[in-house]
Amino acid sequence: MEISEVSRNTKLLINGVPFAVEDVKFVKPGKGRAIYYLKLRNLFDGTTRDQTYHSGDKVEEVHVSSSEMQYLYKEGDHYVFMDNENFEQHSVPKAMLGTRSQFLKEGFVVTVSVMEGKVLEVTLPKFVELAVMRGAASTRTDTITAQSKMVELETGGLLAVPAFVKEGDIVKVDTRTNTYVERVSTKR
Amino acid sequence: MTLDESSRLLCIKANLERRLLIYDGIRDFFLSEGFLEVETPLLVKSVAPEHFIEPFPVESWFLSTSPELHMKRLLAAGYRKIFQICHCFRKSERGQLHNPEFTMLEWYRVGADYLQIIQDTERLVFTLAGKLFQRSTIRYQGKEINLTPPWPRITVRQAFLNSAGWDPFDHLDAERFDVDLVQKVVPSFASNRPAVLLDYPMTMASLAWIRTGKHPVAERAEVFIGGLEIANAYSELNDAAEQERRFKQEIAALEREGKRNVVLPKRFLESLSSLPECGGIALGVDRLVMLFCDAASIDEVIAFPWDAV
Repeated sequence: MEISEVSRNTKLLINGVPFAVEDVKFVKPGKGRAIYYLKLRNLFDGTTRDQTYHSGDKVEEVHVSSSEMQYLYKEGDHYVFMDNENFEQHSVPKAMLGTRSQFLKEGFVVTVSVMEGKVLEVTLPKFVELAVMRGAASTRTDTITAQSKMVELETGGLLAVPAFVKEGDIVKVDTRTNTYVERVSTKR
Repeated sequence: MTLDESSRLLCIKANLERRLLIYDGIRDFFLSEGFLEVETPLLVKSVAPEHFIEPFPVESWFLSTSPELHMKRLLAAGYRKIFQICHCFRKSERGQLHNPEFTMLEWYRVGADYLQIIQDTERLVFTLAGKLFQRSTIRYQGKEINLTPPWPRITVRQAFLNSAGWDPFDHLDAERFDVDLVQKVVPSFASNRPAVLLDYPMTMASLAWIRTGKHPVAERAEVFIGGLEIANAYSELNDAAEQERRFKQEIAALEREGKRNVVLPKRFLESLSSLPECGGIALGVDRLVMLFCDAASIDEVIAFPWDAV
């Protein structure tokens, strides 16, 4: 596409890396060529950078869409999600999810950005609620404070929780920091 | 009407009221100087072929990018002092200082050159400040600007040597020229005074008269106030063959890029042999209103900018 067609939120592919246009500043001498100062956000790592273009420059647009998808099941090293709108299924390698995979429970609805059919990013809800399966299962208790202990969650993930949390309790987890927030309910 | 829109429109009401006072002031000024106010078509068969000014096509016609060609046809027919306030349309021009539909003031004087037209501009802007504020200075974006004529003048060559470190007459790099103009030259102008940039390289003024001599220059002048490009003046070219040659050069460049279909303005070229020596200028009215309203964005002086239409 022509640089003149770019506006805020256009997604561009630059050297194979997708960027979202966060801002365009248009400057043009009356008779001269236009200068476009773009602020770009890297969709892979979230970093921002500035880039300047001139009248007539061509850029490559990519279509990145964001949809709500439900986590269905794990298949080998891949996690399978289903788009809630069109029921298309997408397989995401474990590496892309990183440590977040340990808080992913079947049925959870997550936000997935897709570029030309390829999943770019999976964003979990900020908070998820998960049941505690086993207490003090970890041998790595030396890494935590005296008031805490490690528990295993129903998804298999390990979490540091306060000493009063018991097996069967439901706890709230902050998926951005992988930390315990609060106990939501307790088993009687 | 959404709440958003009504609060935006209420917010800029004082600016729109002042805008009308400025129109009155402009008309008073030119009528008292013996000018005739004219009107020329907005829907035209061809526009001046300029590399970086793109018209909106309308079926096989265009929306006018400037009233210049028709106003010169009036001059060729014997009109001597004319002015016009009209809308112009330029595709893809949208930013803090640009709206694809904007308002232009143009005036032409037979027997005048670009420097006399710059003197008109100085008197016009100074007179408007007096009418609006009874003052010779305005405050724009935190800076006091003294509008008393004459305004400081600097040649393109000198300005580029001082601020950008190169001479555009020595070896012209047109792309670097535009970038350095915006990033280095304009920011170097004293912020408390308007600035007039004079005498452009020959290829940078397709409708201007060329002053020949040891160092030929295009008699073109641009006015900057508060960092805003306000107006562009020429001693007008009236050599039909030369004008046609320049237009064809621009058309060739445009066609090489294959971007758009360009129509040579034939009737304008036919009239040029009768065009007397004259000077003229195009002044961006929206930016003039911005200055007098201390507005940072063109959206603050237009009721319905592009994104709000």
